[in-house]
Amino acid sequence: MDFSYSDEQQMLQDSVQKFVYSQYDFDTRRKIIQSETGYSAEYWALFAELGWLTVPFREEDGGFGGSAVDLMVVMEEFGKGMVIEPFLASAVLSGGLIGELGSAAQKESLLAAVMEGSLQLATAYAEADSRYNLASVGTTARKQGDSYLINGSKVMVLNAPSADKLLVIARTSGDKFDRDGISAFIVDASAAGVSKNSYTAVDGHRAAEVHLTDVLVAAADRLGAEGNALAALEAIIDRAALAVSAEAVGSMDCLLKKTVEYAKTRKQFGVAIGTFQALQHRMSEMFIECQLARSVVIMAAMKLDTDGSPAEKAKAVAAAKARVGRAMRKVGQEAVQLHGGIAVTDELDVGHFFKRITTIENLFGNTDYQLARFASL
Amino acid sequence: MNADFTAEDLKFQKEVQDFLKAEFPQDIKHKVDNGIRLEKDDFVRWQKILNKRGWMAPNWPKEYGGTGWTPTQKYIFAMEMGLYGAMAPVAFGVNMVAPVIYTYGSEEQKKRFLPDILESNVWWCQGYSEPNAGSDLASLKTTAVRDGDHYVVNGTKTWTTLGQHADWIFCLVRTDNTAKKQEGISFLLIDMKTPGIKVSPIYLLDDEPEVNEVHFDNVRVPVENLIGEENQGWTYAKVLLTHERTNIAQVPNSKLKMRKLRDLAAQTPDGFGGSLLNDPVFSRKLAEVEIQVLALEYAELRTLAAVSVGKAPGPESSILKIVGTEATQFIDELYMEVAGYHSLPHVPAQFAEGFSGERIGKGSLVNSSNVYFNNRKKSIYGGSNEIQKNIISKAVLGL
Repeated sequence: MDFSYSDEQQMLQDSVQKFVYSQYDFDTRRKIIQSETGYSAEYWALFAELGWLTVPFREEDGGFGGSAVDLMVVMEEFGKGMVIEPFLASAVLSGGLIGELGSAAQKESLLAAVMEGSLQLATAYAEADSRYNLASVGTTARKQGDSYLINGSKVMVLNAPSADKLLVIARTSGDKFDRDGISAFIVDASAAGVSKNSYTAVDGHRAAEVHLTDVLVAAADRLGAEGNALAALEAIIDRAALAVSAEAVGSMDCLLKKTVEYAKTRKQFGVAIGTFQALQHRMSEMFIECQLARSVVIMAAMKLDTDGSPAEKAKAVAAAKARVGRAMRKVGQEAVQLHGGIAVTDELDVGHFFKRITTIENLFGNTDYQLARFASL
Repeated sequence: MNADFTAEDLKFQKEVQDFLKAEFPQDIKHKVDNGIRLEKDDFVRWQKILNKRGWMAPNWPKEYGGTGWTPTQKYIFAMEMGLYGAMAPVAFGVNMVAPVIYTYGSEEQKKRFLPDILESNVWWCQGYSEPNAGSDLASLKTTAVRDGDHYVVNGTKTWTTLGQHADWIFCLVRTDNTAKKQEGISFLLIDMKTPGIKVSPIYLLDDEPEVNEVHFDNVRVPVENLIGEENQGWTYAKVLLTHERTNIAQVPNSKLKMRKLRDLAAQTPDGFGGSLLNDPVFSRKLAEVEIQVLALEYAELRTLAAVSVGKAPGPESSILKIVGTEATQFIDELYMEVAGYHSLPHVPAQFAEGFSGERIGKGSLVNSSNVYFNNRKKSIYGGSNEIQKNIISKAVLGL
């Protein structure tokens, strides 16, 4: 048994860590969020140059290997800086879906560009009434000769405002909750009939509601076999869930560190507040949550890297997301409470970590959803 | 033992309900119901309507313009206001500084300040906390040094809620550096237009400038603005802090929020063909907080019954503060859960009056994360919940 990183993973961690510590301080991040595009083109190019954008991809697709543990390493470090660039939406989620479903030609034309950072993607899967059930798809794709006509609306499409192409999940057959009949399409973001209501999310990430009205898509731009996309979508959403859970582990470690540091320096009643036993115990509990979150994420990442069954993998991710979800609620709230008023202000990073992990809890299935899924698997 | 209202109380309850239906402005109700941001004018307009009816200051003695209500009537009034979604008057003037003025102020001060508070002509804010005096409020460092007929005030106050609208601020200032820390504090009223005062906004997690830092740089305050005696301010402030804790349980507000939440959950698909309200896990969580609020309501009623027979609200009110704030914070979490992916967008423009773009999501659910973030303040302000537990340990349990 060995939980240490390989030399390659260690180098990867060092390189991301160094970037976050030296180039991604809180003020820099704030300026990036306030910029027009909401991400730094310069950093995005740097991510590509350093090879980070290849991490989610298999070697045969030109990637670094596509291991979940590698992904965990990168995401944890990103979590420490609350990195805002669309690594998750463009590379992990959308690139990942192409990796799962794409033909050789589609992979060749798209994945290299994703890894070079020249192509940005977004995946439009969730709908206003689908909640977290990926099989609930009301958007339709009707076959019309050699093309499809897509109609429907999608919510919370991460990175849609900057995406060149959207991966749209639509129903080609069956009823709303059927597992069969779900297909994926590559849609030009500027195609006729695509409209976006873009927004900045509470955590600073960009997203949009996307409306598709009679959008014409060539059959050649369908990803994978018709009606057969759900299993791949589920697998890739789970990978994204694992990724944000790892990110949360990084963010929670920062929150704990900052809270302990604050408790040692903030004086009230003539002493540092960290000398109060009642508060010490609460920080001890935060520490326990951080450790359990880290452990369960490592478990799930390792499971994804085995050749276990899809159900086993799904169950591992459900466990991780649910347990990390519980940890995030506790660590986030306690970090704010122990800091007091200063942590509910926009000026301190603690509140922003809190906002990010709260968002993560709601992404890709919240805690209750994952608990129910774990129980059913 | 009975928890029934008397026939008179029930008649009064009906009177309040009728008044609210007839007089609470429709446009303000529309804002409240849809989570649209309330402006200063909305509060002032509503408070003037309350005052016209004579109901602006239920807590005041009748001689100064109070209602003369029994504690039960006050409770009914607050409950009906909360259940209807009508805002309580902004507390700083009517419920915070006014009791200090009519209890410890001079006749001159009462005449000068109380009528304008009743009529909402003057907006007050609170100058208590400082960057280094939070839970340990008595360690405050803002100084007031006597210079002839004036005090010269220097220092910084923080967390000054809605200070950007304020005409006056009531402050705790240090007038004696040599005394024990609680004994060198005075209670001073300061006109915000006095030269040397600078208000800088503090943006909270929902990106709204709700609170402020107020800086005092050699601000000259006439000595007639001192309340009571010099160095007795801490005693006066403690009285005020008890007032701050009335209604801190926020039962009516929580009840209204839970009622709306139940409706929203019933309209929210669970993603599998049912509604979220029928989801056993969700409905159980909602039940849990409903029961908590019910228990809290009866805890509050018991306190009320004690006050009705002349007992002072004791340290038990700490229970109301802790449980009340935690319950409302938990309800905020449930709103966020109902909103699901629509808890993510941050679109303040959508909650401004006259927004005409495409609204994202249903009603105010889109703002649920921001409400959740912002309301984390509730367990921190008004004496943090940790301080409340200290009070229970010391004053109730004798530890």
